[in-house]
Amino acid sequence: MDSDRGGEASVILRQLEDLKASKSEIERQISALEAQLREITFQKPNGSVSNGSCPPHIPSVDSGYGHDLSPQMIHRYSRHLLLPSFGVQGQSKLLKSSILVVGAGGLGSPVLLYLAACGVGRLGIIDHDVVELNNMHRQIIHAEGFIGQPKVKSAAAACHSINSTIQVVEYQEPLRTSNALEIMSKYDIVVDATDNAPSRYMISDCCVVIGKPLVSGAAVGLEGQLTVFNYNGGPCYRCLFPTPPPTTACQRCSDAGVLGVVPGVIGCLQALEAIKIASGVGEPLSERMLLFDAFSGRIRNVKIRGRSPQCVVCGENAPFSKQQFQEFDYENFTQSPLTPLPLKLNLLQPDSRINSKEYKEKIVSGEAHVLIDVRPEHHFKIVSLPNSLNIPLPRLEARLPEITSALKEKEDHRGTDSGSGGKVYVICRRGNDSQRAVQYLHKMGFTSAEDIIGGLEGWAHEVDPNVPTY
Amino acid sequence: MFAFLMWRGIVFSFCSGGLELLCNSVKIHNVNVELQNGAEKLTMKDLLSWIRTNLIKERPEMFMKGDTVRPGVLALVNDCDWELSGQLDTTLEEKDVVVFISTLHGG
Repeated sequence: MDSDRGGEASVILRQLEDLKASKSEIERQISALEAQLREITFQKPNGSVSNGSCPPHIPSVDSGYGHDLSPQMIHRYSRHLLLPSFGVQGQSKLLKSSILVVGAGGLGSPVLLYLAACGVGRLGIIDHDVVELNNMHRQIIHAEGFIGQPKVKSAAAACHSINSTIQVVEYQEPLRTSNALEIMSKYDIVVDATDNAPSRYMISDCCVVIGKPLVSGAAVGLEGQLTVFNYNGGPCYRCLFPTPPPTTACQRCSDAGVLGVVPGVIGCLQALEAIKIASGVGEPLSERMLLFDAFSGRIRNVKIRGRSPQCVVCGENAPFSKQQFQEFDYENFTQSPLTPLPLKLNLLQPDSRINSKEYKEKIVSGEAHVLIDVRPEHHFKIVSLPNSLNIPLPRLEARLPEITSALKEKEDHRGTDSGSGGKVYVICRRGNDSQRAVQYLHKMGFTSAEDIIGGLEGWAHEVDPNVPTY
Repeated sequence: MFAFLMWRGIVFSFCSGGLELLCNSVKIHNVNVELQNGAEKLTMKDLLSWIRTNLIKERPEMFMKGDTVRPGVLALVNDCDWELSGQLDTTLEEKDVVVFISTLHGG
């Protein structure tokens, strides 16, 4: 009964995966075609792209008090107006400003909530993702009722419910070189609330090409960073990081974890910087970087280099053109995808691999074997298969004797002669580290070691849907 | 996370992006860096070479490339980008503070 259900679920899951793959390909094609169409429709005679930096629906009529704030606005934003340094002038500029937030996740949530609340005239939200249960602890703009729905839709609804007087523009698509110029050109300020290296380079380069300030934030684990790029002659992202880091150095929240409030803190600070730039009040964090260490409660503010004359995008001899931007391959440059999917390594020969259903059969048939789980200890504590031995990958070398003795124990127990050699199976979260482990085990003489394809996630999808995934 | 190393009053700190994991997540190190062959001053180059030899024994490529920091790592001397003070040639003095940051991408 259970295995029937497991089988059914795995068929559905496979179909879902296929459909999702074709969906993303179709979306890519749509995005490219839309960009082509926009170019045809929006192209002005002089070749410039239309730039609606002033929201059309905000009336710029003098209210009779020497400014354009309506009585309603005066009431709503009164605490801003009471700030001597901000006042009517700051609020008025804010109401006329337009800000694009790229990413409606952990960083984007507080950015959008505050920018909507404070009365930014036109707020653009771009994100291709849908709301998931494991987003909820940090992506506080989304409510449970929106699980499975586009983040853009959920975020826009939240922004509207806070402030119905602002214009919210939804872009339910991934930001790519094909649509970035057109979309970003329509805004005064861009906020980078994305989660990957290629997007960060792409957004910064695009801001340089179209001359927009960029508020950039990042958070992983218990740490966050914040800075403002391309502002008032300041540096761009590439001035600071001309060469992309190795992909192994790019931690992601879905692998390394993140304490929910950490992107919240950085997102609030991003909203603050965007508000400062939009209102013309205060000193934006240009040529400086704020480092937040949540673990020790430390915040550092450091001075970083100015615009680099050698920068290939904003430097003296670098007229990085719109065309160059559109043709630049950011995924190849950073060796990582713009819309990150879980890594799927293929290190082993097929005969050294076993899928979770086959492994289930081995258990049922009572084959003598040892199951090694090579995930970190804190992963193992979340969920694990019965009778598995946890040896985290980095500790494998030191703990090989444990595998030998576990194998011996199994053989003794079953009375088989030791010459036949019990099997070693290796499992991890998704089936990558298990392959690395098996490669190593083969080298160390455990030639029969095999890895379980797809790891615990595969097991949950194909064998036992009751095993939680994380 | 911050890791402090002492050298004649100089504080070295690893923070951000998992760099601290390269030294067993140990936060505070008290160390003595000897000057090479009668050299009179300590430079960032000397410091990096010392860290490479004495501190980061596993996966040095996560911190360094050649004799400098790898792409994506910022070095700060007294809370100031080392680009502004001469990079590897930056001279270190007593009570200087050196911080290494690995850029973050998550969100």
